[in-house]
Amino acid sequence: MTTLPAAPSALELDRRRYRRRQTGRSVAVAAVSTVAFAVVVWLTIVNTPGWARVQSTFFDPAVAARAWPRVFQGLLTNLTVLVFAALGVLLLSILLATLRTLRGPVFFPLRALAAGYTDLFRGMPLIIVLYLVGFGIPGLGFTAERPPAALLGTVALVLVYSAYVSEVFRAGIEAVHPSQRLAARSLGLSHAQTLRLILLPQAVRKVTPALMNDLVAMQKDVGLISVLGAVDAVRAAQIETAASFNFTPYVLAGLLFVLLALPLIRLTDWYTARIRRREQMGAVV
Amino acid sequence: MSDPLLRLTGIRKSFGTAEVLRGIDLDVAEGDVVALIGASGSGKSTLLRVINLLERVDDGQVLLRGEDISDPRVKPDAVRARIGVVFQHFNLFPHLSVLDNVTLASRHVLRRDRAESEARALELLGRIGLAEHARSYPDRLSGGQQQRVAIVRAIATDPDLLLLDEITSALDPELVGDVLALVRDLATAGTTIVMATHEMAFARDVADRVVFLDRGVIAEEGTPDEVFRRPREQRTREFLARFSEPLAGDPLPRQ
Ligand SMILES: Nc1ncnc2c1ncn2[C@@H]1O[C@H](COP(=O)(O)OP(=O)(O)O)[C@@H](O)[C@H]1O
Ligand SMILES: [Mg+2]
Repeated sequence: MTTLPAAPSALELDRRRYRRRQTGRSVAVAAVSTVAFAVVVWLTIVNTPGWARVQSTFFDPAVAARAWPRVFQGLLTNLTVLVFAALGVLLLSILLATLRTLRGPVFFPLRALAAGYTDLFRGMPLIIVLYLVGFGIPGLGFTAERPPAALLGTVALVLVYSAYVSEVFRAGIEAVHPSQRLAARSLGLSHAQTLRLILLPQAVRKVTPALMNDLVAMQKDVGLISVLGAVDAVRAAQIETAASFNFTPYVLAGLLFVLLALPLIRLTDWYTARIRRREQMGAVV
Repeated sequence: MSDPLLRLTGIRKSFGTAEVLRGIDLDVAEGDVVALIGASGSGKSTLLRVINLLERVDDGQVLLRGEDISDPRVKPDAVRARIGVVFQHFNLFPHLSVLDNVTLASRHVLRRDRAESEARALELLGRIGLAEHARSYPDRLSGGQQQRVAIVRAIATDPDLLLLDEITSALDPELVGDVLALVRDLATAGTTIVMATHEMAFARDVADRVVFLDRGVIAEEGTPDEVFRRPREQRTREFLARFSEPLAGDPLPRQ
């Protein structure tokens, strides 16, 4: 059974009217000042002596339309690489984080190996790893032909990002209250079961916002595989730019990257806010 | 004479230079309810963790049904599945529903199938009036309900022995009664229980034996009547004096 809320008193109604007026006024002030600022910036840029030239070399609609098919094709390559790299990072980083949680002297070599790995690849610039993997692995001659550049690029991304992401997972595992481990072990669960059923699921919930941020960062860095010759959106834009002597294709590719990132960024913000709300409500997770 | 269910002989345990348990001998017969009392820091929790092999002893033996479970050749996971434990707090896994919490050990340690585990869990939850919360997550339950689920989870695998470590000391006073009532039911039904507690009235009422731990040794043990009414040791009297109120006819948990 629900009871109807009591009708607000005249005093409360008056307060609400006042607050509404205040809110309306603030919104109006903010809107007017934003528009005024945008107009000033726009006029300043448009009236610079070089604007006409910049506009035709960076924002030419005709060039953009011509470049579109190739750049869009390239973006699909980026997306494919992103998906495979993300899956690879997830697997390798959980493996690394798990190795680092092993206790006891028996596992020292594995722990040390995982620690050395993360130190190495967190320190090394991605572009150098790309060159080493992209030109070093084919040099070993495992396969008769050179593996596709996109594949080599994916491997390099996985190597570097796993080092970061495994640290995120490790921090998440360590943030789970130690008595959760005790409770799990006292039920008779093994170390591996405790990790898989109790610690990792809670750790993943805690670090999901951080992981999503890393995914956004990786999505941008996927563009770097173009240095290996993979025809992704950046490389496609480069080809189109060379053909038209116009930089518009780069702007086009850049905007496409932003469009690709936006849903993920919004999702991250939404999820982070949701977690914060839950925590403020006193939820344990 | 048959072996006691649990036998501790000469248990010693140190953390660094601090000697926390200094030679504990204790027998617990099948169906016994033993209350461990003692000041904070006297070693009650450490002793319970030793029994459950969450701490390795420095010396002495832990025998469960005559088997030396402190032997390094014994698999600790298998032993722990035979001993149920409830701690003071953070018992339940917040990412699992009440039902999944209760069935976890049954499914993943005893390898019973899901249907069988859930049927048993629902029956136990029903007995404590929480069956309709089976699909809820622990954060939807009150502290008292959470502790009762933790107890049910601990007994869902039909362990030989139940260890309770101050399971009501983190609860609001009005939530304590239901939890103690559940423990009393289990005790009446013949469950073997070793419990560390500050609820002196409850210990007096439910325990078959009371063990007073003082700085890592058993200073006194006996029936509740002996320990609470006619303590032989001066330090027992001093400790009990701090609980004057519960010993003078106090509100006991409802039956
Ligand atoms: N893991 C540990 N490391 C170091 N000291 C500990 C540890 N666990 C318990 N102690 C110490 O051992 C003593 C006994 O603790 P405990 O068994 O928790 O006592 P009680 O449960 O009776 O309050 C305390 O002085 C405590 O600080
Ligand atoms: Mg304690």
